[in-house]
Amino acid sequence: MKMTGAEIFIECLKREGVRYIFGYPGGVILAIFDLLYDSKDIQLILTRHEQGAVHAADGYARSSGKPGVALVTSGPGATNTVTGIATAYMDSIPVVVFSGQVSTPLIGNDAFQEADIVGISRPCTKYNYLVKDVKDLATILREAFYIATTGRPGPVLVDLPKDVTASKTEFIWPEKVQIRSYNPTYEGNRWMITQAAHLIAKSKKVVILAGGGVILSGGSKEVRELAEIIEAPVTMTLMGLGSFPGAHTLSLGMPGMHGTYYANKAIQESDLLVAIGVRFDDRVTGKIDAFAPHAKIIQIDIDPTSIKKNVRVDIPIVGDVKRVLTVMNKILKEEVREQWGEVRKAWLRQIDEWKSERPLSYTFSNEVIKPQFVIEKIYELTKGDAIITTEVGQNQMWTAQFYKFEKPRTLLTSGGLGTMGYGFPAAIGAQLANPNKLVIDIAGDGSIQMNIQELATAVLNKIPVKVAIINNQYLGMVRQWQELFFNKRYSYTHLDTAPDFVKVAEAYGAVGFRATKPSEVEPILKEAFKIKRTVFMDFIVDWKEKVYPMVPAGAAIDQMLFEEPEEKPEKKLKAVK
Amino acid sequence: MRHTISLLVENKFGVLSRISGLFSGRGYNIESLSVGETIDPAISVMTIVTSGDDQIIEQITKQLNKLIDVIKVVDMTELDHVEREMVLIKVAPKQEHKAEVLRLAEIFRGRIVDSSQKTYTIEITGDEKKIAAFVELLKPIGIKEFVRTGKVAIARESIKKE
Repeated sequence: MKMTGAEIFIECLKREGVRYIFGYPGGVILAIFDLLYDSKDIQLILTRHEQGAVHAADGYARSSGKPGVALVTSGPGATNTVTGIATAYMDSIPVVVFSGQVSTPLIGNDAFQEADIVGISRPCTKYNYLVKDVKDLATILREAFYIATTGRPGPVLVDLPKDVTASKTEFIWPEKVQIRSYNPTYEGNRWMITQAAHLIAKSKKVVILAGGGVILSGGSKEVRELAEIIEAPVTMTLMGLGSFPGAHTLSLGMPGMHGTYYANKAIQESDLLVAIGVRFDDRVTGKIDAFAPHAKIIQIDIDPTSIKKNVRVDIPIVGDVKRVLTVMNKILKEEVREQWGEVRKAWLRQIDEWKSERPLSYTFSNEVIKPQFVIEKIYELTKGDAIITTEVGQNQMWTAQFYKFEKPRTLLTSGGLGTMGYGFPAAIGAQLANPNKLVIDIAGDGSIQMNIQELATAVLNKIPVKVAIINNQYLGMVRQWQELFFNKRYSYTHLDTAPDFVKVAEAYGAVGFRATKPSEVEPILKEAFKIKRTVFMDFIVDWKEKVYPMVPAGAAIDQMLFEEPEEKPEKKLKAVK
Repeated sequence: MRHTISLLVENKFGVLSRISGLFSGRGYNIESLSVGETIDPAISVMTIVTSGDDQIIEQITKQLNKLIDVIKVVDMTELDHVEREMVLIKVAPKQEHKAEVLRLAEIFRGRIVDSSQKTYTIEITGDEKKIAAFVELLKPIGIKEFVRTGKVAIARESIKKE
């Protein structure tokens, strides 16, 4: 049967199992939007900015494991997706972005709303396509989803010229995808895995470092199994939070720049680091030459380029985390069988000492809301059973520290690119993928204003996401750096002209709450979680509060700064259990 | 250290920019690059000369392998291989040097591919050292124009079998 490019597009997406497309219309993409007008299987969620569309698709993907899809027009529509695409690229998220393009004869002529989006997005996509002939369309769409979701996942962009969507061809669904030059390695080398198991058996001070790759491969169960077999503590990178239960006795929380004292200490003192699905970002390693100086390193990753990129590695294992660990755990249980408890006793005791020496803490106040207190309360009330998105900065780090993520895919945060404005649209995408879950964006007053227009999207589509704005009237993380490293010169970080967020929410038809006192925090959260509507909560917090511990950029990760004693009256010290 | 890396890639538009973009985006150096179709018109072969320490070269080959359009990556420097480059040199010798130019061309097995009243154009093929030596000798005589293809390389069969 002959079909137009637009019809083929819809048919292929249906067959790929796409339920939602996040998008924004425009001139050259109208043929597809026209079909979406009465599509029953696929619903278009109209965002209010193309960046929001891609972040929403990203949130959908992170929370569900299924690819997220965005559809935009050419030129500015396409260029507005770039931040969203780069965000997904840095965190290896399967997002497929379709952009309209001017008709093929016009390409290169500087036509109205023309941009070379394939050229622009090349360094921030896993792959991208310009469809030049409608005959190639079905194959390209199939490949786009295949590439986005296999191996190390990542965003793929497909540029669709107007004439390609309009012209007709015979529709042939490619049953199989075959790309001769693309064959990700899933099975780890068995000999290497055995070597790794024996090295684990020989080592005493073992630390497991779990990253985003664990979540992407669905290997959380296997990581937990490994940790429990060998009785080794686990520290999770920002992207890895949720890959191992945060409240587990073997959990060390997050390492690195704003990591826990005990996670950083453990890494620095360890004799073996088992790195699983991590890429050793500079925020994790600190000064690279001083990172884990006594440790041998086993690294498991599906992407060979992640191995030995930043740190030396003694046993590299290329493969899918889940499959590699399944084999490794079996070897450990059946072939190695150590008396782990005995081997690990002294090490775990040492870690307990570090834990009690410097727990994560902040100074509670009765007068002013501490930002950490809001996040603790959110954790208490949800018991970890919620999907949390964050913006970027202090709100993100406090969330990583004070919310104990129990399950994978419950923290959606822009870890690699650090994109302000990510959390709110991502929450919208996550809520659509998880209609029965509580989805909360923990935001800052700066970040939320970067995609606040998506309030319209949430309200119109009755998406009941909750946004907790940690409002300190500052770009807090930048202000913190200015305070510590730039002589307290707060150059352009004071946001003293922020809007009234309650009124903004109400203007869009959402619900707005404000808390100025600690006693108001819990009732407002409870109320917000009950309402089946979009809610903005404006928490006016102590602007002086900083994220601690902190490793200054370029220092070794055990060179940490802590809250100054004079800021912290001992008797009010509140430890986090 | 300098490495000669040979790539088999899909012969599609945009592939060259993916590869050059990888080098520029990650701060790797390209000293020379040559591209051409193979016997199979769907596949091109690229020869890239780059430099870096072992860790950088390892990253370069891994990153190249990761590109979807790259079919095969071979670091020729690790193998016994043959390298060749062709240069075309236009010289404008004084009358008394003309014979010298022809003699040098002959010694280096170059060919005169164009001559005018004032100039000779010499084609010469060889490895890096031979070309460098030839150029050095011609310099005092006066090189007017100089173009080179960039290196191509192929592994020696006897070594490949092992």
